[in-house]
Amino acid sequence: MIVVKEYEAMLEAYGKAGGNLNALKIRDAGNLVIHKNKVLSANEAAGIKVETEETETGVNIYFLVEEGVKIKHPVHLCFGVLPQEGLQEITLKVEAQAGSEVNVIAHCIFPNAVAVIHKMNADINIGDNAKFSYHETHYHGEFGGVKVIPKAKIRVGKKGVWQSTFVLIEGCVGMLDYDFEIFGEEKSNSELMVKVSGKKEDDISIVEKIHLDGAEARGLAKSRLVLNDNAKAVVRGETYGNAPFARGHVDCLEIVNGEGVIARAIPMVYVNDKQAKVTHEAAIGSIDKKQMQTLMARGLNEEEAVDVIVRGILK
Amino acid sequence: MLEMRNLKLTLNGKPVIDGLNLEVKEGKIHGLLGVNGTGKTTLASLIMGISYPDEGNIIFEGQDITQCTISQRAKMGITLAWQEPARFEGLSIKEYLNLNRDLSLSEIENYLWMVGLPPTEYLNRAIDVSLSGGERKRVELASVMAIKPKVVILDEPDSGIDVVSLPHIMNGITEMSKQGSAVLLITHSEEAVSVADEVSVMCAGKVINTGLPEEMCQWFKSNCQTCNHIGTLEV
Repeated sequence: MIVVKEYEAMLEAYGKAGGNLNALKIRDAGNLVIHKNKVLSANEAAGIKVETEETETGVNIYFLVEEGVKIKHPVHLCFGVLPQEGLQEITLKVEAQAGSEVNVIAHCIFPNAVAVIHKMNADINIGDNAKFSYHETHYHGEFGGVKVIPKAKIRVGKKGVWQSTFVLIEGCVGMLDYDFEIFGEEKSNSELMVKVSGKKEDDISIVEKIHLDGAEARGLAKSRLVLNDNAKAVVRGETYGNAPFARGHVDCLEIVNGEGVIARAIPMVYVNDKQAKVTHEAAIGSIDKKQMQTLMARGLNEEEAVDVIVRGILK
Repeated sequence: MLEMRNLKLTLNGKPVIDGLNLEVKEGKIHGLLGVNGTGKTTLASLIMGISYPDEGNIIFEGQDITQCTISQRAKMGITLAWQEPARFEGLSIKEYLNLNRDLSLSEIENYLWMVGLPPTEYLNRAIDVSLSGGERKRVELASVMAIKPKVVILDEPDSGIDVVSLPHIMNGITEMSKQGSAVLLITHSEEAVSVADEVSVMCAGKVINTGLPEEMCQWFKSNCQTCNHIGTLEV
């Protein structure tokens, strides 16, 4: 009975966070709903194996996509802590076998957090010619009492594709320590995208590392942050061109929109093969004056113009 | 409809606008012709409220708007299309044309057709660096048309664009006039002002002659293109 209530509460929060409730009802679509250290729902789709193990502080997950299988419906994951306090440690082991394709949509929900810690340690292996998309959206309350610590090591096989987005623009986080590291083999294609809106006293650290280890490997580490109030952020985008014709790019934009904001960007490009090429661009500054004037000349007031620009950057 | 009376602006000790007088009439295209550096873009900024004159007045529909903000002027029906329009990450053309208004999809599509941009290709494209200069200017013109302004200032809409875009832009300008907007067409091109009802020639921060397009183009050719009045007041 308690589990049913927890499940219903999670679904309600999931819906409010923009999650697709109908998607959780599709019989042949995979889903996994976890509240704190309890697995409330786990549905395997054809071609996907999901094993879970509840621990004292979280859940260990093994997620397998079978060789050559292209998963039709997106797989929906929902993680969260609904009370004001709690710890959730997710250990995620992903195996996307050769030639497989899957799109995973994750929602992480902490609407009432005052003192919550959410950790994710992911070990991800994308097989040759496999394609894996992972989109994680966070939903937080306004208090900002969460420590979010997602860490992932991702190996992308030959001609494999990894695309991920991490979005935290609803509510206030508290502390974010994001660290994703990719090792791309020959002709692999890896993209990391982070979009964060920092508010109040948020303390944000973003690390995006891409090692282009195989010939003709491609990598893009992109980040978009809008910092308000007294938020602090540091973004480290690192790309290593270690093989012939590897191509990488680091792209960081931080908008400073508050008197107490501190924004830092540390792009690092490293090349040890004469035929590799890695580029970077980083910009930190207030909202572009010309963009503001253009929108105001269309009849928007200052606040509305800022809103349109910021929403576009974080879209 | 829109009058500039004895406008003056000095920047870094140098007069940029110096006693400028100009009148833009309701529903008419008024060409403003001048070589680079004569203060045309500065005048556009003063009219839109991006900067303010040291002296003089800007009168719109009988009301002194000299100290009004950009947003206030926009709400009155004045708008500006920049020479180098801003680009916006994550904002689609459809969203941009519908900013602050409630247009139907077919209305938005219609505005794109007017500037020669097929909606199926452009509606969902972002207004970012992926658009060429000519495409961006055509989008800007379409967005201005969508507002149905009383007065629109077009700052060099014809400069730096490809030959394919130019006729679409000129067509868009005449279309706006047909819809009832007064247009202040700022340019250094004699071809561009051929669509105007009246043309003023600007030199060294002031209007030095006004007349019919053909006469003013001739006058501009013989008096302005070979002179060195840029940034000086020795007219």
